[in-house]
Amino acid sequence: MAFLDVKDLKVHFPIKGGILQRTVGHVKAVDGVSLSIEEGKTYGLVGESGSGKTTTGRAIIGLNKVTSGEITFEGKDLSVSQKQSKEVRRDIQMIFQDPYSSLNPKKRVIDIVAEPIRNYEKLSKLEVKKRVQELMEQVGLSPESILKYPHEFSGGQRQRIGVARALALKPKLIIADEPVSALDVSVQAQVLNFMKDIQKDLGLTYLFISHDLGIIKHMCDDIGIMYKGRYVEEGTRDEIFNNPQHIYTKRLVAAIPDIDPKKRKAHQQFRQEVKEEYDKSYNDYFDHDGLAYKLQNISGTHKVALPQKG
Amino acid sequence: MSEELVKIQNLKTSFRIKDDYYAAVDDVTLSVNKNEVLAIVGESGSGKSALAFSVMGLHNRAKIEGDIYFKDQNIPKLSPAKLNQMRGDDMAMIFQDPLTALNPLMTIGDQISETLFLHNKNLSKEKRRERVIDLLNQVGIPRPEYIYDQYPHELSGGMRQRVIIAIAIANKPELLIADEPTTALDVTIQAQILDLIRELKEDMDAGVILITHDLGVVAEMADRVAVMYAGQIVEIADVHSLFENPLHPYTRSLLNSVPNADEVQDKLHVIQGIVPSLQYLPRKGCRFASRIPWIDESAHEENPEMHEVRPGHFVRCTCHSQFYFPEENKEEHSDGIS
Repeated sequence: MAFLDVKDLKVHFPIKGGILQRTVGHVKAVDGVSLSIEEGKTYGLVGESGSGKTTTGRAIIGLNKVTSGEITFEGKDLSVSQKQSKEVRRDIQMIFQDPYSSLNPKKRVIDIVAEPIRNYEKLSKLEVKKRVQELMEQVGLSPESILKYPHEFSGGQRQRIGVARALALKPKLIIADEPVSALDVSVQAQVLNFMKDIQKDLGLTYLFISHDLGIIKHMCDDIGIMYKGRYVEEGTRDEIFNNPQHIYTKRLVAAIPDIDPKKRKAHQQFRQEVKEEYDKSYNDYFDHDGLAYKLQNISGTHKVALPQKG
Repeated sequence: MSEELVKIQNLKTSFRIKDDYYAAVDDVTLSVNKNEVLAIVGESGSGKSALAFSVMGLHNRAKIEGDIYFKDQNIPKLSPAKLNQMRGDDMAMIFQDPLTALNPLMTIGDQISETLFLHNKNLSKEKRRERVIDLLNQVGIPRPEYIYDQYPHELSGGMRQRVIIAIAIANKPELLIADEPTTALDVTIQAQILDLIRELKEDMDAGVILITHDLGVVAEMADRVAVMYAGQIVEIADVHSLFENPLHPYTRSLLNSVPNADEVQDKLHVIQGIVPSLQYLPRKGCRFASRIPWIDESAHEENPEMHEVRPGHFVRCTCHSQFYFPEENKEEHSDGIS
């Protein structure tokens, strides 16, 4: 049994229309996603905007209503009602994308970080303060700064406060939704290093959501590629980057800018070739609605969405 | 030697905070040639956008000293009317966020048409429509007749950015400034937009100033690169020279802090400390010194200047010759808030 198991997850949002606001259709934001994460590993979820990667993460943590499918965490079912799964859910926490808008500007750091502790544990004021100070220490901020407000910190420091809040209840799984996209490169490096460090120290498991393949490659052990709510490919880091099978994955990998200007011409040509292949073989890889087929195993860990043969 | 299009000399753009002026762009000298992409790289707060806005004459509160020569005119000395005439005609800008840069209440066609009308009042309505359809075709928008009557919210991000580019190139500008043109876009779209800018540059023989923090984009697009830190250019060189042989400690640190696509390393390099804010910026000595404290003070110049190390490769300060990366990247409490 895997640590986190998601089976055939569907999240559909109703489209309301007409004067009676009846449901006239559904947006299939997540349409049959299955994934499993091993303990202590980092699983990367990649896709362009609108591919459903964030919705998947939010559904796992219970921020989006699940239409159908199963989510099991350490063998316990998470798709039951919020109330029943409350105790399990404290083990799963989230780090948000934008450290400028995910921290309440009117609250002091101590109140931001202590909020989950106050929700779940009955501790005295002094105990809470001590816990928050420990957490600040853990994320590399000085314990004295707990009385400051978010605007007094730089972007990287704010993201650390977001991490401290996520760590407050000693979770086992952290869902990180584009945790560094809003940060400058040097600050980005700081937060990524730090996330790796605490993963080792605390034995954390990450579900890492990003559109940046460079960062995904740096952070993740296993990777799933999403397109229009479905998986197009899943595999280990090596399989996805060195042996991509689905044309969409190939195109994504080819689109990563190459940091070596000497290879510019060759890279452009390669990208052009992949684009032509993409245009030519689009119908072989996507069904008549432009959606991906079901995943097929091509090796023990490597799955690709291909049409059924025969 | 290619033809010089823009020449910026000792540009200083200062903003007023309380009663004093602080320079966000501090003594910048550089030039842009025709049919060239000059990339300006730096982190937020380095002054790269302030520099671009100065060239476009878009600052209305800032104090601008120094000269920006473009087409025999000195931009900071021009009247607002003259600037309006030049903007959108001789020079144009592509903005970062394609949603906020478009008017939500005007159709795509009308917005592009407006730019044409403002700079050439003699063009008939039919001619303008034709030209707009041409432009939409040129930037690779499918079914331009249909898109003409659509509103910005009906288009995807990539399509909107193409519309912005269509507006920018409507009057065939000689200078195109692209301020983080692909930051808000997905990778596959990013590749297409960059290709488009590159093609347009060649077609129009235009000079392009590309502002970005993404070193991958720089490596793919630029002919020359200027690296900015705290309002100053710290290194400027031909793109090959810069990536093969980066000299300034800041350039080297930046290159080291990006995950490498070819090999997976355990740790990324972290630049110590934080970018000083405008008010507290040390105006004397090497501005990067506080972020590489393990380098001996004597390595820095008292008044760091640009040195030509190789032909066309300039670097500020002498500290690069003694710079090395520390063995381990020790992280300390980093909330030195002043």
